[in-house]
Amino acid sequence: MSEIQSTVKSYVLEEFLPGESPDAMDNSTPLISSGILDSLSTIKLVSFLEEQFNVQFEAHEISRENLDTLDLIAATVESKRHG
Amino acid sequence: MPEATSTLVGRLESLLRDSAERWPDRTAVEDPATDESLTYVELDELSDRHAEALRNVGVRAGERVGLAVPKRVDTVAWVFGIMKAGAAYVPVDPDAPAGRSRDIFVDCSVRAIVSNAALADALATGAVNGSAVDSCWGERTTVSEDVVLLGKGGRAEEEDFADDAGNDALAYILYTSGSTGKPKGVMHSHSTARAFVDWCSGMFDPTEEDRFSSHAPFHFDLSIFDLYVAIKHGGAVVLIGETSGKSPLQLAEIASDREISVWYSTPTVLRLMIDYGRMEGRDFGHLRMVFFAGEVFPIGHLRRLKEIWTEPRFFNLYGPTETNVCTWYEVPARLPDDRLDPVPIGRPSSGDVCRVVDPSGTTVAPGEEGELVVAGGSVMLGYWSRPDRTAEATLVDAEGVSWYRTGDVVREDDGGDYVFLGRRDRMVKRRGYRVELGEIESALYRHDEIVEAAVVATPDDESGVLVTAFLTWSGEDKPSLIKLKQHCAQNLPAYMVPDAFVTVDDLPKTSTDKIDYQRLRADVVRS
Repeated sequence: MSEIQSTVKSYVLEEFLPGESPDAMDNSTPLISSGILDSLSTIKLVSFLEEQFNVQFEAHEISRENLDTLDLIAATVESKRHG
Repeated sequence: MPEATSTLVGRLESLLRDSAERWPDRTAVEDPATDESLTYVELDELSDRHAEALRNVGVRAGERVGLAVPKRVDTVAWVFGIMKAGAAYVPVDPDAPAGRSRDIFVDCSVRAIVSNAALADALATGAVNGSAVDSCWGERTTVSEDVVLLGKGGRAEEEDFADDAGNDALAYILYTSGSTGKPKGVMHSHSTARAFVDWCSGMFDPTEEDRFSSHAPFHFDLSIFDLYVAIKHGGAVVLIGETSGKSPLQLAEIASDREISVWYSTPTVLRLMIDYGRMEGRDFGHLRMVFFAGEVFPIGHLRRLKEIWTEPRFFNLYGPTETNVCTWYEVPARLPDDRLDPVPIGRPSSGDVCRVVDPSGTTVAPGEEGELVVAGGSVMLGYWSRPDRTAEATLVDAEGVSWYRTGDVVREDDGGDYVFLGRRDRMVKRRGYRVELGEIESALYRHDEIVEAAVVATPDDESGVLVTAFLTWSGEDKPSLIKLKQHCAQNLPAYMVPDAFVTVDDLPKTSTDKIDYQRLRADVVRS
């Protein structure tokens, strides 16, 4: 698991799923469509990503398509870092 | 086809007809997400065509039509089209679990459903009272790329139109969370809606220059203000769709770039805009009135908002879906620095009368706590097909006057304004939505391995309300939180999914063997 996925995974588990076993979540577990992240927690996640990885999200990028799984999040962050 | 549609003064759709004559070329509705817009005359004509399409699938005056489509310019035309066909609209959240929407449509036996291909598939997967959904609404008519009509039945005859579609006929049914797990339908007529809309005209002087934010989804009663006050006065309804509505950045962008002059949303949304909307440096110069409703606005957040938006007037509008808006309060231009409590809900509006009563229904002395009850023109007709629930919610006094019991505990302050103190039952407000904790419990009980479930709500600084579910569990392994949240998301709208789950061996019980909710709440607060 890459650095981005594991950093985000720790954050999501700690912040939104306290007590959950890390094994229950993998890189393709749906986060938004499954009800784990609601609109408020999605916004908090984006703030975390912006600070942690020094990237900026545009309003339209805060979407299920870009953020629903750890893999999608990592891809979105990567593309911003190198974009 | 004027004879086929309502022309009665006093109904909601007559507001559109009048404005289309007076301001044919002004913008009636626009959608920043798609850049689509309609002028008044275009909206009037499009909704005429939609009314005709509905009559072609058998919709008659006095019937109900389901509305399950994302919020777009065309959706507004369907709202008016349904009413022009003499029917009442029953809007549901297009993102909610299909089963919940289907239950709602079955409950009020809609004649047809306005939907799209994807949602129609989801609605059709399942049975209704043992028979396939197809037998109720099996025929699909494709109206446009985005809209299909579900409905069975030949074209409706056009007699008796006015008899079934007067001002006291149903205009819409809004379903709210029900404590036993089944949403209940709040029925409003054209008259009960107009009592509120017409009161706004006199109180806030809206004009054709105004541009209204339409943040609330159409199944949420805040939308009544956005749609009908704007249309009545020739203003523009600026739609904020499902996606932008959840993005504080987009909301701030729309408020400034779309030159919104009248903003209306829940305090939660405004708070997200303050925290995450990057509001500094944007021009909100057109904003002249900000309305908030649906839940308590913590004073600290309101203060911060007033520091960013220094010009507009601020109003707190209060009222359960059952009453439209029944009290209002204008926030003073300068909030006293020592004020720690939220602003009052204010005094009666919409021509309504309010009283504060004790459990026996007797009015309490001024300043004492009691339940707020409301009578007047903006109060609902009742709950759809639930006379028992309507009776429970109604207090009939010695003079025979019916009062709606809000369930909200208030007191009157020294200035004659009502102050909200809390609830007398298990309903909470989350993101402005009503949530019956019992409905969450019912959804949890649908899980095979959950033996007992108890849901409590506690105050939370950040989100307002923290919802915690306590469970006893028959499965071997400790339940996965992810799986539990997924289960809830399949059965409930997103705003009802609990924040936290706690698995226990036994739920604490009172001496009468009922679940001890007080102790559970104390457990949450302690941790």
